Amino acid sequence: MTRHPLPAGPISAHRGRGLPLPGADIDTDRIIPARFLKCITFDHLATGVFADDRSERAGAHPFDREEHQGASVLVVNRNFGCGSSREHAPQALMRWGIRALVGESFAEIFFGNCLALGLPCLTADPDHVAELQEAIAVDPGAELLVDLEAMEVVLESEFAGDNRWPVTLDPGPRRMLLSGHWDGTSQLVARDAELTTTAAALPYLNGFR
Amino acid sequence: MSAGTLYDKVWDLHRVAELPGGSTQLFIGLHLIHEVTSPQAFAALRDLGLSVRHPERTVATVDHIVPTTSQARPFADPLAEEMLATLEANCAEHGITLHGLGSGRQGIVHVIAPELGLTQPGMTVACGDSHTSTHGAFGAIAFGIGTSQVRDVLASQSLAMAKLKVRRIWVDGRLQSGVYAKDLVLHIIRTLGVKGGVGYAYEFAGPAIEALSMEERMTLCNMAIEGGARCGYVNPDQVTFDYLRGRPEAPAGEDWDRAVAWWRSLASDAAAEFDDEARFDAAAIAPTVTWGITPGQGIGVDETVPTPEELDPDERPLAGEAYRYMDLRPGVPIAGTPVDVCFIGSCTNGRLSDLQAAAAVAQGRQVAPGIRAFVVPGSEQVAAAAEAEGLHEVFRSAGFEWRQPGCSMCLAMNPDRLEGRQISASSSNRNFKGRQGSASGRTLLMSPAMVAAAAVAGHVVDVRLLLAEPGATGSCIDSAPAASAAGAGR
Ligand code: SF4
Repeated sequence: MTRHPLPAGPISAHRGRGLPLPGADIDTDRIIPARFLKCITFDHLATGVFADDRSERAGAHPFDREEHQGASVLVVNRNFGCGSSREHAPQALMRWGIRALVGESFAEIFFGNCLALGLPCLTADPDHVAELQEAIAVDPGAELLVDLEAMEVVLESEFAGDNRWPVTLDPGPRRMLLSGHWDGTSQLVARDAELTTTAAALPYLNGFR
Repeated sequence: MSAGTLYDKVWDLHRVAELPGGSTQLFIGLHLIHEVTSPQAFAALRDLGLSVRHPERTVATVDHIVPTTSQARPFADPLAEEMLATLEANCAEHGITLHGLGSGRQGIVHVIAPELGLTQPGMTVACGDSHTSTHGAFGAIAFGIGTSQVRDVLASQSLAMAKLKVRRIWVDGRLQSGVYAKDLVLHIIRTLGVKGGVGYAYEFAGPAIEALSMEERMTLCNMAIEGGARCGYVNPDQVTFDYLRGRPEAPAGEDWDRAVAWWRSLASDAAAEFDDEARFDAAAIAPTVTWGITPGQGIGVDETVPTPEELDPDERPLAGEAYRYMDLRPGVPIAGTPVDVCFIGSCTNGRLSDLQAAAAVAQGRQVAPGIRAFVVPGSEQVAAAAEAEGLHEVFRSAGFEWRQPGCSMCLAMNPDRLEGRQISASSSNRNFKGRQGSASGRTLLMSPAMVAAAAVAGHVVDVRLLLAEPGATGSCIDSAPAASAAGAGR
């Protein structure tokens, strides 16, 4: 099974096999059920990914299917990652091996949490997502190229040849990924002088004067 | 473009810098932490060799994992014990105030910060929990964050944020008797959708909002996130100031008058421009109950579970999933749906006024046979205030369990959980599959008064019918003479 390293530095492209996960409004409680939140490190979260959905479907869940083991590009539908803000959700996906997501739309906090881990969440037209999910199902061994420079996803299928779909990502998050500035802590810490100026002008920190 | 809104004013005041990625660095005035989303953030801070920049602007409590039957240490669950011990060690190491068990100030993070007066108008408030939107009730800009962002706030007292648009939700009229803020917000989410607020802050305004108490405003803003809006707020007014005056962490003395003057100036200007507006009539809203697996799948208690034909085509797949999961048939009235467990509590509805409303229903009645009903106050202060009024006795003599404060069965990270296919009437905020601790457990969201009504009836029932009865004494509402309700308004 291929193991992709955890994200680091500038992220301009990712190459790996796809994993289609159909369904709208898949919330973070489903991605990682609450009982897996009782941990003080994220290291062992992979086992909890979709735990309840998977046991319900007894081996038939996409995350359990033989052909998708080692896949790293998750392809989802509308409003993926809604619900609880738990960062355990993207962490669990990342620990399982996911390195990029393509979908119709993403919940805002989930999107931000992914960005902070270096996991791009790219959006595509519903029709294109459906085609992509279909194409992966037909040829699950095909490599996907997720290209943040060209803003497209390319499926390199031996059977069907190359197929490409345009994707979108807001310019801000895109720049952060391309430049490697998605790990924002250092940038924030660097502006301490400005921070002090802002705090000095806040009435509630200064006796409301 | 929003201009002259409270959101704009607070945003501008807290802006530190524009970042290369296109986002804004925003100063965070109040950072709240708890045991679930902070340990990894402290660990990451240690890895980076950083310290906590403003430990005095971070406040901690423990809520998600605490048992509500016995809070003696060490907890029976070793994982829960480890999480609390880790929080205690992190707070001690970094000089952060922790309102722990038995301090008199412990409770659900979104209950204690307002009651201590920590949450104030004009602040930015962040917490590693999506229901941080609660604090917007004070005219603060408050939002949930992920663990990486908890690390950022600890390290820099700031966050990289993108500015939201502002939608004004204007509510005319007044809520009817027996209809509460919970019903209002479930109705709003039902109408605008669970995704309707993505990219927006919700400003709640209008006569019906002005008439709400602070606790009701907190219930409303609490669930803004369930409508997709990362933060929701109400402009500060006299109701806000009256609530805050005299609270331990609120400004006092000469500071108080200056604070009120500043707070008043923060409200959205009369000529403020909003990016969008939605309007509602409070008087037209009935007690609302969810029938499905998202908070947007709500209906009036007098309605029937929607049929696929009644829904937009893009809502039908999810509705199909909900019918199967909830085992509810389209076209059937929601009233009369039997329940197994009744839970009153959570950061949505675990405050004193919520318990009062539920107790008013429970008073003189009995929990129906076979139903497990329990009340979990939102904080130690709420518990003390409720006990001072004798509410615990009202609940106990009606057959409810009276528990110790915590998040409890809102998300069941502690021992309080549904079993198997049990179905709960719950005053919490999420009815997602598996949310209440059983992978196949089912949740019907409703107001605390409606939960109490379901507990005594044994099934979903319109609480207005019970409130109209002249002081129940019977053991079951079904046996109470309905005709005698005439003239007995609340
Ligand atoms: S009561 Fe529920 S929603 Fe509120 S903080 Fe606790 S777990 Fe989260």
